[in-house]
Amino acid sequence: MIEKTPLLNALTHAILLCGLAVAFVPMWLVFVAATLTLTEINTPPISIIPGSHLWENLAEAWHRADLGAKLINSLIMSVAVAGGKIILSSVTAFGIVFFRFPGRMLAFWLIFITLMLPLEVRIVPTYAVAANALSPYQAILDTIGFTTLWASLTGATIALDWNLLNSYTGLVLPLVATATGTFLYRQFFLTIPDELFEASRMDGAGPVRFFREILIPLSNTNMIALFTIMFLYAWNQYLWPLLITTDRVHFGTAVTALRALIPAMGDSTGGDVPNWNVAMAGCLIVITPPLIVVAALQRFFIRGLIATDK
Amino acid sequence: MATISLRAVEKFYGKTQVTHGVSLEIPSGEFVVILGPSGCGKSTLLRMIAGLESISKGEIAIAGKVVNDLEPRARGCAMVFQNYALYPHMTVAENIGYALKVAGISKAERATRIAKVAETIGLADYLNRKPAQLSGGQRQRVAMGRAMIREPEVFLFDEPLSNLDAKLRVQMRIEIRKLHNRLGATSVFVTHDQIEAMTLADRLVVMNAGRAEQVGSPAEIYRKPSSLFVAGFIGSPPMNLIPCEAKGSDTVTIEGHDIITGPHHQGQGTKLVLGIRPEDVTIGTGDFTLSVEFCEELGAARLYHGKLAQETFILQVAGAQGPVPEHIAFSLPQAAIHLFDARSGLRLGD
Repeated sequence: MIEKTPLLNALTHAILLCGLAVAFVPMWLVFVAATLTLTEINTPPISIIPGSHLWENLAEAWHRADLGAKLINSLIMSVAVAGGKIILSSVTAFGIVFFRFPGRMLAFWLIFITLMLPLEVRIVPTYAVAANALSPYQAILDTIGFTTLWASLTGATIALDWNLLNSYTGLVLPLVATATGTFLYRQFFLTIPDELFEASRMDGAGPVRFFREILIPLSNTNMIALFTIMFLYAWNQYLWPLLITTDRVHFGTAVTALRALIPAMGDSTGGDVPNWNVAMAGCLIVITPPLIVVAALQRFFIRGLIATDK
Repeated sequence: MATISLRAVEKFYGKTQVTHGVSLEIPSGEFVVILGPSGCGKSTLLRMIAGLESISKGEIAIAGKVVNDLEPRARGCAMVFQNYALYPHMTVAENIGYALKVAGISKAERATRIAKVAETIGLADYLNRKPAQLSGGQRQRVAMGRAMIREPEVFLFDEPLSNLDAKLRVQMRIEIRKLHNRLGATSVFVTHDQIEAMTLADRLVVMNAGRAEQVGSPAEIYRKPSSLFVAGFIGSPPMNLIPCEAKGSDTVTIEGHDIITGPHHQGQGTKLVLGIRPEDVTIGTGDFTLSVEFCEELGAARLYHGKLAQETFILQVAGAQGPVPEHIAFSLPQAAIHLFDARSGLRLGD
């Protein structure tokens, strides 16, 4: 809307303020809760004025959920997912957009279909594969009868085994192998004029050089946008880390560690009163790194998503 | 320096044929302009020389070596693109020097050569700017500098001036011609602008529907168009083309008037087309009268539009002043008449 009248201005501001309240009030409650004592927080009504116990609660949460180690795990996992995603999707998009090869559209549609199969949908088979990443190949060998043949010939059985449970690889790989980033890159690559590619050919640059020295620098803002999105996506993962890490001490992530702070009623830990103040302090700690990432990268992020200047 | 030979070059996209057996010998150092309406296959032809399009049939040789299967970089051609195709993230210096960087030439030598080229194209003060900070003309110059730096044997221009405004276009046209005179590289220049083509070319190739209709010097093509298409395409305002009938072996009739055209050796009643340039018509006396429908004032001359034998007829009168006359008597001088066969479109007589 280009029209500017006082009434409209007031209305738009009112709508913006509503949006701000919706986003901000829960955050404020988390912050306030993290500053109160256990007694204060369990006394109605809910306080909206911060108390004075923030540091105690933070320290308690940090200690109880072992957040130091967990944050590092989360950081490793999120950076690896975001980085792996950027590499994988830029290369696949490059292949799809700039090369003509048989089966190109098939490859494109196969990648497209993975968009409709988020991790939560395929979590059981994905877990089965993660438990032994080579099991699909074992299945192929079994089906074509190679294993039995080999066993009868040499007496040795073939049992391929590559266990990804309780490893960073297992945490990261299934989250990397999705199509979202490929699409972002594809859309961007499609806006690159053909003449740029031809000019680089005339200058003597091969495809790899074109990719590295022209496409990648041009897609910087896209890369940052994708990094931000994927970092948040990986950081907020709950189900997959919970499933694949049985060794929570070494491989648990920060988000799953929050669970340790809220013992459920009738849990085996036995009827504790949930320490909401500590749990909220833990929340505060866990949401800080993504907040920093978004704050640092947001101006690139916005430019990357609306990028028209090349 | 290198010669370029096209031998019966054909290009198919699927079943559509875009060029039909184009053959052309370009001697070393010549400036050839390929002119034609959009979609006539001229750009495709250029891109086949560059190596950006595969050649479906026939052969292209550069400096005597068949290059059909060579990558663009191995052909020794440099190309200037219509939209400049500068790398937006690189500075002017990096843009110009990219080919050298790819070729693995040392940074120091690169810098000297970039400086020299920048001097030539008059952009020495702009080396650290990005393309987005340059004007259209400057970008065009960077694109030329990028082509020049490799000291190529062949320069290819794909409508490089069509994105510039009229004044700049004239200026760049002169610069390109000067550059050619200095470097002496064999150049092929594609355009749909006939003024550009006439002024730049040593030799002009007029293309139509994938065929080279006529090859010759600009003056030759202007004075003796070999077909109806060339006659109507070259010249602004275009040549007047009037249907007529043969009468005797050296006369035609238009609306009952006999006009002596010189020998054409066509049978009585054969359908012909008479062509005459608007500036060649003799004004003031004659068998014909033009009812002026509309007058274009060009300053140095006026164009009077009317009809002759139901076809648009234009008279160009230099230095005309005062009120626009309603009727103008004119005649068609024999020396200025072009005759074409109406069916085949080919030139008749001399």
